[in-house]
Amino acid sequence: MKDRLAADFPVDWLEDQYVSRREFVKFLTLASGGMALASGALAVWSQIPRHRRSFDRQLVARVTEIPVGGWRQFSYPRSEDTCILIRTREGAFAAFSRRCTHLSCPVIWQPQASRLYCPCHEGAFSVEDGHVLQGPPSRSLPQIELSVEDGAVYATGVRRGEV
Amino acid sequence: MERNFYVDPSRCIGCNACVEACRECDTHVGVSMIHLVEIKRAETVQTTPMVCMHCEEPACQAVCPADAIKRTPDGVVQSSLKPRCIGCTNCVYACPFGVPKYDAQIDQMMKCDMCYDRTSVGKKPMCATVCPSGALFFGTSDEIAERRGHPVNEFVFGNTIVKTKVSIMLPVAGKRLDVRPDAVIRKADLLANSRTLR
Repeated sequence: MKDRLAADFPVDWLEDQYVSRREFVKFLTLASGGMALASGALAVWSQIPRHRRSFDRQLVARVTEIPVGGWRQFSYPRSEDTCILIRTREGAFAAFSRRCTHLSCPVIWQPQASRLYCPCHEGAFSVEDGHVLQGPPSRSLPQIELSVEDGAVYATGVRRGEV
Repeated sequence: MERNFYVDPSRCIGCNACVEACRECDTHVGVSMIHLVEIKRAETVQTTPMVCMHCEEPACQAVCPADAIKRTPDGVVQSSLKPRCIGCTNCVYACPFGVPKYDAQIDQMMKCDMCYDRTSVGKKPMCATVCPSGALFFGTSDEIAERRGHPVNEFVFGNTIVKTKVSIMLPVAGKRLDVRPDAVIRKADLLANSRTLR
């Protein structure tokens, strides 16, 4: 034990600074092996789909409560995640996060232009899939996945837009 | 011929010149690393300087958890390495001679390094250049042979024998000095008691 300690932590300066060939090769092998493993792990990790996440089903509104072209604010999946539900056409609903991907201002629904508009820096998003139409935002609005059953609209998950 | 450090406690007059000169050393500017110890102050005016003994197996290095204390090829145990020292003060407690000093301001252990900036280029340590009575002497073994006393560089602490680079001058010749804490050893004791010197 004492000898091992003395070998690993020598008192003499020169011995402390000396790197043997065996130690050097060991370091090279372990370091390059570690980097190879890490890049493999990164490659596998990048293949995992992460753009869609499911959360607990949540009732957002009854179909009859929202007229065509109308909208309503709700929170999903957490209470601080404000979202907007829009009835774009008869029988068609769309929901997005209200947080602009530029600087988090809440976006507003413009039915005449059929777009989601951010008044802070004049950013705009498509109501079809949330992609950027104009302005400084570089990422699409996260889309809320909906299902309509028995005259009620439920939120079921969140889909992150393409970068 | 290699020059070495010899400390003769019996020559010390307690003038503090070494303490002030130590402050001038460029390896620890402004901070004195030498200890001037007052022995049994109520009973005697005897003082003794304490420089680092530069042990062959330094206890300060053995207890250092950060591997911060190293010895240069000339046998000088250096102050802790700044990037490694964690300021745990283990070395301060471990040193049998009480040499290392912990500097809280820089959170690092500093110690006597035999004025490495000077001795490594052939000069004497600061303290040895100013000592008026020769209690701190830096020179060759031939030079010390002409002087009073006998150098000893092995010290017995209980079951441990500590061999050092620096020698202590004793009035009586012997191989080892049995260190007994709190005991006042007088010359007569040394002559009478062979246990003290082995």
